[in-house]
Amino acid sequence: MANIISPVELDPFETIQEAFKGPDHPSITICGGTGCRVLGSEKLSEAFREEFNRQNIQATLDFDIKTTGCHGFCEQGPLVVIRPSGIMYAHVAAKDVPEIVERTIIGGEIIDCLLYMDPQSGEKIEHEQDVPFYQFQQRVILDLNGLIDPQKIEEYIAEGGYTALQTVLSTMPPEQVIDEIKASGLRGRGGAGFPTGYKWELCRKQPVDVKYIICNADEGDPGAYMDRSIMEGNPHRVLEGMIIGAYAIGAQTGYVYIRNEYPLAVKHLREAIAQAETNGFLGRNILKSGFDFSVGIKLGSGAFVCGEETALIASIEGRVGEPRPRPPFPAEKGLWGKPTNINNVKSWASVPIIIKRGADWFANIGTGTSTGTMIFSLVGNINNTGLVEVPMGISLRDLIYNIGGGIPNGKEFKAAQIGGPSGGCIPAEHLDVHIDYESLSALGAIMGSGGLVIADEDVCMVDFARYFMTFTQEESCGKCVPCRVGTKAMLSTLERICNGEGKPGDVEYLIELGEEIKRASLCGLGQTAPNPVLSTIRYFRQEYEAHIIDETCPSKVCKGLITYSVIPENCTGCMVCLRDCPENAISGEKQKPHQIDVNLCTRCGMCKSVCKFDAIMVT
Amino acid sequence: MIHLTIDDKSIEATAGRTLLEACRENGIQIPTLCYHPALEPYGACRLCVVEIYKEEQSSRLVAACAYPCEEGLNVKTNSKAVQRNRRVVAELLLASGYDTPEIVALASEFGVKEARYKMPQADSCIICGLCVRACKEIVGISAISLINRGINKKVSPPFEETSPTCIGCGTCVLICPTGYIKLRDVFGSHSIHRYSSDYDRAQCRICSDLNMSSKFNQLIEGVTSDAASYGISGDQNG
Amino acid sequence: MQKIISEINDIVQDEALGKGSIIPYFEEIQGRFRYLPPEALILVCEHLNIPLSQAYAVATFYHAFSLRPKGKHCMNICMGTACHVRGSPQLLDRLETKLGVKAGSTTRDKLFTLETVNCLGACALGPIVVIDGEYSGQMTPQKSDALLRRIMRSEEKEQRG
Repeated sequence: MANIISPVELDPFETIQEAFKGPDHPSITICGGTGCRVLGSEKLSEAFREEFNRQNIQATLDFDIKTTGCHGFCEQGPLVVIRPSGIMYAHVAAKDVPEIVERTIIGGEIIDCLLYMDPQSGEKIEHEQDVPFYQFQQRVILDLNGLIDPQKIEEYIAEGGYTALQTVLSTMPPEQVIDEIKASGLRGRGGAGFPTGYKWELCRKQPVDVKYIICNADEGDPGAYMDRSIMEGNPHRVLEGMIIGAYAIGAQTGYVYIRNEYPLAVKHLREAIAQAETNGFLGRNILKSGFDFSVGIKLGSGAFVCGEETALIASIEGRVGEPRPRPPFPAEKGLWGKPTNINNVKSWASVPIIIKRGADWFANIGTGTSTGTMIFSLVGNINNTGLVEVPMGISLRDLIYNIGGGIPNGKEFKAAQIGGPSGGCIPAEHLDVHIDYESLSALGAIMGSGGLVIADEDVCMVDFARYFMTFTQEESCGKCVPCRVGTKAMLSTLERICNGEGKPGDVEYLIELGEEIKRASLCGLGQTAPNPVLSTIRYFRQEYEAHIIDETCPSKVCKGLITYSVIPENCTGCMVCLRDCPENAISGEKQKPHQIDVNLCTRCGMCKSVCKFDAIMVT
Repeated sequence: MIHLTIDDKSIEATAGRTLLEACRENGIQIPTLCYHPALEPYGACRLCVVEIYKEEQSSRLVAACAYPCEEGLNVKTNSKAVQRNRRVVAELLLASGYDTPEIVALASEFGVKEARYKMPQADSCIICGLCVRACKEIVGISAISLINRGINKKVSPPFEETSPTCIGCGTCVLICPTGYIKLRDVFGSHSIHRYSSDYDRAQCRICSDLNMSSKFNQLIEGVTSDAASYGISGDQNG
Repeated sequence: MQKIISEINDIVQDEALGKGSIIPYFEEIQGRFRYLPPEALILVCEHLNIPLSQAYAVATFYHAFSLRPKGKHCMNICMGTACHVRGSPQLLDRLETKLGVKAGSTTRDKLFTLETVNCLGACALGPIVVIDGEYSGQMTPQKSDALLRRIMRSEEKEQRG
């Protein structure tokens, strides 16, 4: 590795910046994240273009029409924001486009019915920056997601992209880069929270010439999708972080290991790599500094365990994704036996920001031991579903009520499940916990990759634990005994409890088994798999006992413990449930109360969901 | 030399040794199942867990078969935590191995008589991977592998049919700790139960063992003369 | 069959897939045929000089690969946490009843393959069903019935010519 710093070529920046109109140029930004796409945002940019042509205004108005990355507020999609003013329209359909062009773009007025309404206050909000969902966030990594077209490297560069790389290559020796990352306090955002700078140093120190870096984009936590959004919305920042990291570590090749369930992210990354190569940010002699680095994409093939470092490496090498015992750590012996540094998407994306704004600036966000921001995907029973970026140390209450807008339909908050299948539940009595690595772990949860699922009073915690156990049991690679057989034993016990066949001693058995699986398992998957069960027992033991001793499911969820019946006073005999019941378990005549045959009923809940008269009762 | 403490005894080990090797060299017994000295460490059965203490960190359990000796490490091979853990692991092995004498005996060594959770189907294969690794690392054929994942993992040749590449050498039969893999030898025809095609039984050209498959002899055709000239032939009486 | 083998051979000869790993080959082949024909495993192993047993282990380990041909229409139901709390189990129940198959299998007429996926990352729109690559959000059992009816109608039309 050459430590000698040579002058860095500035050309690409100047030419690109000249050609680009700048961030304040009037534009219509349409969210092109997967969420908004599902809701039909792809048709919108075409509709805007057609409308501009039809009205023949492109030449006079000079508006850019951009499809950007995920804005984060997926619940309100498709989202359209008109910049620079920031007028935000929610749930926009193609049929709304002519009106938006006519009245807002040309006429400068705001269309009331397309505005977002705050569910707390009932007020309509005109500008994106005033929406509470965004107001309380601190968007550091996601800042450009709603602004730039991720398919254009020029837009990233115009917003200051790749200048951190330029600074690093022209003024900083690798050791200084590592010191800067150490000083920032950045900890691995993939879940475990190992200090990133120290991880890099360990890999750098290996006396081997060939080294690799890997971006772990195998975002498998069900309920977390921030990595996907970053790669879809701003792939160049991830690449820039990787190039800087490779320089600091002394790696020549990098890979992005990405789930094949994320086709759009793969596409944007592929394009970004090609553009970075064309512009001299990747390849040989990067920015004429003498540093060579290339990046390839490896697709994951549907195995959650491949998020574990050694399983991920096995998968890239073309083998079954089974973890192996550590040590040796990947930093010593990783991909193809060479020193390898693996970081999560969010960690890599934080790197250019730290370099650009300084380690002190970054370290000042958050708490002493958990610095910077964290991105959560706020999902489940919450009003404002979406991606939020907040400083570490924010209270769970602020996150749920200020940003998330509280629990829908006037229901009570029951628990926040944080950290996915490796994490735990936080009950209402701990709503004021400050979200940082240590506080969460003290409560039996983990930061994880940032999945935050809100459960309201209707969620049965035993069933919830069973759900996560089903997941980990299916995703266990099956190599080591505690994880392969132990998760199955835990799941079977939970299934029995949910079916009303629980027996005294089951809870104690789950605790004993859970604790030993955690201690004995070979990799992180097994070592954390019991967490959702252990934490629900810790905070909701009475629900387990209700299932086992009283043989009831307090939330009326577990099929083995509930019965459906018709409330004759409410039933109008409309025959809808009778027709929709998949088991033909409902009988009755028109305009007379129906009956449910409990022996045929499979408790699918169809009748309750179709009944307009609240005539189905669950007991 | 690396200095460490195992069960309060100061011990020296050469660099690169695993904790299990160091223990066995010093007469400390550690139970194992998926470990074999001729194979790469695998770390799957977790029976060999020991408790390690490193400065300032709380103690944790690691698989002795795969963990390297580290300077200053303090190891407990039979602490309360270790015993508790081995008991649970043994009980989990019994969950499917309740009909297998070897597993029943092993579990009772840890005081486990009955598994609280039993799989619906008894199975004597414990997915220790010894057969698969021996076939790959020692024999060099890789006729079998561990297929599927999780609880459905099992040993099988490709496509779950008898393997045309299996040479019927019987290494897997010998190394299997539970007797799951059997040699079937009927009327002079020889096959590895579940894995290989039938081969005629033949006398080994190297060691003159009578239980060798004809396929194996074909395979070593080219090397026997060399082997004989190096004096490693077992067929001393010609 | 001959055509399949020649197509597989084209993929095997594709130098862009490199010599390092079988997985990119499997991805190509799975993408083309929507399953891995046994011939594909054999040809790729010969090309890369790796044991067939390793290829078979890989093919059965990763959920993205299937050793059986899939139905004409693939239905994927997201079972991520967010979809779970919003009712994806009921949705799956309904589709299993309607199609008469369990998740992970194909209907006898080879028209539908019903599968589940652990989170598609479109959590705000759950429950999600993906049919032949097209996402449908905020699904209910009723909406899924309508989707099925639509496919059945177009199938009938196709058969009538």
